[in-house]
Amino acid sequence: MQRVLDSRIWPLAALAVIVVIAPLFFSSLYDYRIGALVFIFALAVVGLNLLMGFAGQVSLGHAGFLGIGAYAVAIGPTYFALPAWFSLLVGAVLSGIVAFLVGRPILKLKGHYLAVATLGFGVLVAIVLTNEADWTGGPDGMNVAHLMLFGWKVHGSDTWYWLAGATFIVGFVLAANLVDSPSGRALQAIHDSETAARMLGIDVARKKLTIFIVSAIYASVAGSYLALFDGHITPDVAGFLRSIELVAMVVLGGMGSVFGALVGAAVLVVLPQALTVFHDYEQATLGLIIMVFMIFLRRGIVPSLSAAFSGWRR
Amino acid sequence: MAELLQFIFSGLTVGAVYALVGLGFTLIYNASDIINFAQGEFVMLGGMITVFLVAAGVPLPLAALIAVGLTTAVGLALHRLAIEPARGSSPVTLIMITIGASIFLRGIAQIIFDRRFHSLPSLFGSEPIHFGGATMLPQSLVVLAVAAIIVVLLWLFMERTLLGKAVTATAANRLAARLIGINTRRIVDFSFAISAAIGAVAGIVVTPITLTSYDVGTLLALKGFAAAMLGGIGSAPGAVVGGVLLGLIEALTAGYISSNYKDAVSFLIILIVLVAMPQGLFGRARIERV
Amino acid sequence: MTILSASQLAISFGGVRAVDGVSLAVERGEVYSIIGPNGSGKTTLFNLISGIYVPTTGTIRLAGENVTGLVPEQLARRGLSRTFQNLQIFFRMSVLENVMVGRHRHEKTGIFADLLHWPSVARQNRQTREAAMAALARVGLAEAAERPAAALPYGALKRLEIARALASEPVLLLLDEPAAGCNPVETQELDRVIRSLTNEGITVVLVEHDMRLVMNISDRVHVLASGRTLAHGTPLEVRSDPAVIEAYLGTHGSEEAARAIG
Ligand SMILES: Nc1ncnc2c1ncn2[C@@H]1O[C@H](COP(=O)(O)OP(=O)(O)OP(=O)(O)O)[C@@H](O)[C@H]1O
Ligand SMILES: [Mg+2]
Repeated sequence: MQRVLDSRIWPLAALAVIVVIAPLFFSSLYDYRIGALVFIFALAVVGLNLLMGFAGQVSLGHAGFLGIGAYAVAIGPTYFALPAWFSLLVGAVLSGIVAFLVGRPILKLKGHYLAVATLGFGVLVAIVLTNEADWTGGPDGMNVAHLMLFGWKVHGSDTWYWLAGATFIVGFVLAANLVDSPSGRALQAIHDSETAARMLGIDVARKKLTIFIVSAIYASVAGSYLALFDGHITPDVAGFLRSIELVAMVVLGGMGSVFGALVGAAVLVVLPQALTVFHDYEQATLGLIIMVFMIFLRRGIVPSLSAAFSGWRR
Repeated sequence: MAELLQFIFSGLTVGAVYALVGLGFTLIYNASDIINFAQGEFVMLGGMITVFLVAAGVPLPLAALIAVGLTTAVGLALHRLAIEPARGSSPVTLIMITIGASIFLRGIAQIIFDRRFHSLPSLFGSEPIHFGGATMLPQSLVVLAVAAIIVVLLWLFMERTLLGKAVTATAANRLAARLIGINTRRIVDFSFAISAAIGAVAGIVVTPITLTSYDVGTLLALKGFAAAMLGGIGSAPGAVVGGVLLGLIEALTAGYISSNYKDAVSFLIILIVLVAMPQGLFGRARIERV
Repeated sequence: MTILSASQLAISFGGVRAVDGVSLAVERGEVYSIIGPNGSGKTTLFNLISGIYVPTTGTIRLAGENVTGLVPEQLARRGLSRTFQNLQIFFRMSVLENVMVGRHRHEKTGIFADLLHWPSVARQNRQTREAAMAALARVGLAEAAERPAAALPYGALKRLEIARALASEPVLLLLDEPAAGCNPVETQELDRVIRSLTNEGITVVLVEHDMRLVMNISDRVHVLASGRTLAHGTPLEVRSDPAVIEAYLGTHGSEEAARAIG
């Protein structure tokens, strides 16, 4: 029991403290905005980490699901008069279905082949969003109505900060639960040896598909939040670069570290903002950050730090 | 019929470029197991450097030569400064490094050059050649000829020279290659240099037709990667065939279905090929032994 | 009663006929050993029986049921488990977690229950943990439970694989060279573990190069050479078979061979 308490409650408490304390250091609404973006991306990253870090299956196309979620909350209210929250759910279900249909064939692939297949999927979504201009507004994107919850309009960076923070914590808890469960163990087993996992009765194809769907739903919800928060959405949300950013966040924070998701998202959201004095330097900086971190902290920030820390303690 | 021929011409031209990018992927992958996503940036650099040198008054042939040289240096630097220090990392980490490099190079290009589209004068003028009712730009012939020359030279090099054989040996079995005294690090250096040079040449010859800008690399890299996959990664003939096929499919889709969806169709086809023949057209299946 | 029977199994890789018309019948509760020189097809035979490879010809029956062509996870659910000559450890997990995965086929799992960590999941985790600890204790690895699997020495990893297979409560257990890399004490220990398994009615099929262990423990021995059956029978019959002796060290070395096998 003690062990369970240790492993379950502390990270959660630490997270809650971070969410609550961080605003003390904020000096403007802009800071809240960055905070909200960090949590929204971290949510997608937690899901992707379940797929990549735990089950060991790469996806270079997860922004596709980000896009589905984002356009669901844009299109639902505009064309079908659906409430935004309901559109978010529709988007999540749709992402799950798409993940099921796409995942079934492509999750049989391994390594580089899986990488290019997921990449192809992501690019396809972006192309469709760009070309179906009647529905999506094409490359210029479309406006997204405000989220209404119980007759209350959700707007303002600070409100979104709290909403995104709370949602991230929920997503974090669900992921942490999964890790310490039969499904979670099965996923980790698949990562190390599919053969041994199958030999122990694990239906590898099904487990992979399930986690692909779960991670797609995480991304979809994050995409919906992004759209509702920004109030405007373009196909870039589903683009290749976004997929790469998500993967970079996973790897940066540390594959297989649920906590790392937050760190990875924070670094890749905050650093470019902080370093980008001129808009022109944004891409160069982003590329440089990715390279430098991958080279020098290749195990990811959280695992590298905790290894250093435990070595120091001993 | 003339229409079909027209689409085939343009398909072959783009396909030749995809094939060259795919070849670049294959060279590096065989030598090091690394998927180099910055491959498209080599193409971009080749085109952009030439454009700006020509604009600065350098004669075209000299500009092209300098561009190839500089791009080759960038390829070498990429290996030495970004890939080497991360040796032994997981494949995902290495992929991310090359993607980071690609974003970085694009960002730098945007700063040094600009964000506009540029063209180059074509070597043999822009008077279209008529053939079977279809027309073809003289530059398209240049692209095809250059691609063919590169493929043949590369093949001769691999088959006939000691260094080429060392590259082949390294691709087949790195450990064994090292044991018989091949400096595999040098081989990887070399593969990055050659890939960069090939990419740069492709960028220079295709710019008069398709124009170039700082961000043409991404899609090219994806297509070239797709071409390599289509052919079966690790197979040089596969990359060439895959590239040409991809170019043709795209041109036909753009012509007969929708030009908006030409990119979509090529990715769709890749997905289908991967699912139906996971090893690509020319790749070999590997069984994991337990 | 025959628990496992195979008839005329064959598979080849490229030109190599790795297994070439092998038949065998294993009785419930016995220790059935498969020996043979390197490359004689022992591991390949295991891969066929456990569904990793599909034989080009021949049939496999498990407890009377034709299971040819079934995939490993289906066989696992019928009570087949195995260890691997090339270790297939879950290196990112702790020793205990490795064995907990072995409990998978006895766990009820659903993605929603697991995400929400329902009380039933917590209860089941506890049971799984206890069963896994018990399996670890049987192979003498209880103390190492919380260590990362990657930190264990080779011999211990071999036993970890056995514990993991045991945790799945197999009816039929295939062990591929469990004594490789073990010191004499560990081998002795292994001998004891295998005997305790058969006392519980678990059938063990053993591939092993340690002849002392094989001859001590086996009820019957099956000798392979170049993918074919060379001999089979009781240890006594097999070790006095001239063909076996010859296959092992050639005619010149038959003296030493006799001693090695004996
Ligand atoms: N997946 C495979 N692909 C190609 N050849 C294989 C494969 N698996 C086995 N072989 C070949 O089949 C033959 C039998 O190999 P196997 O591993 O079954 O032998 P073994 O009896 O287990 O040997 P050892 O005692 O060394 O473990 C060998 O020639 C081997 O090279
Ligand atoms: Mg073997």
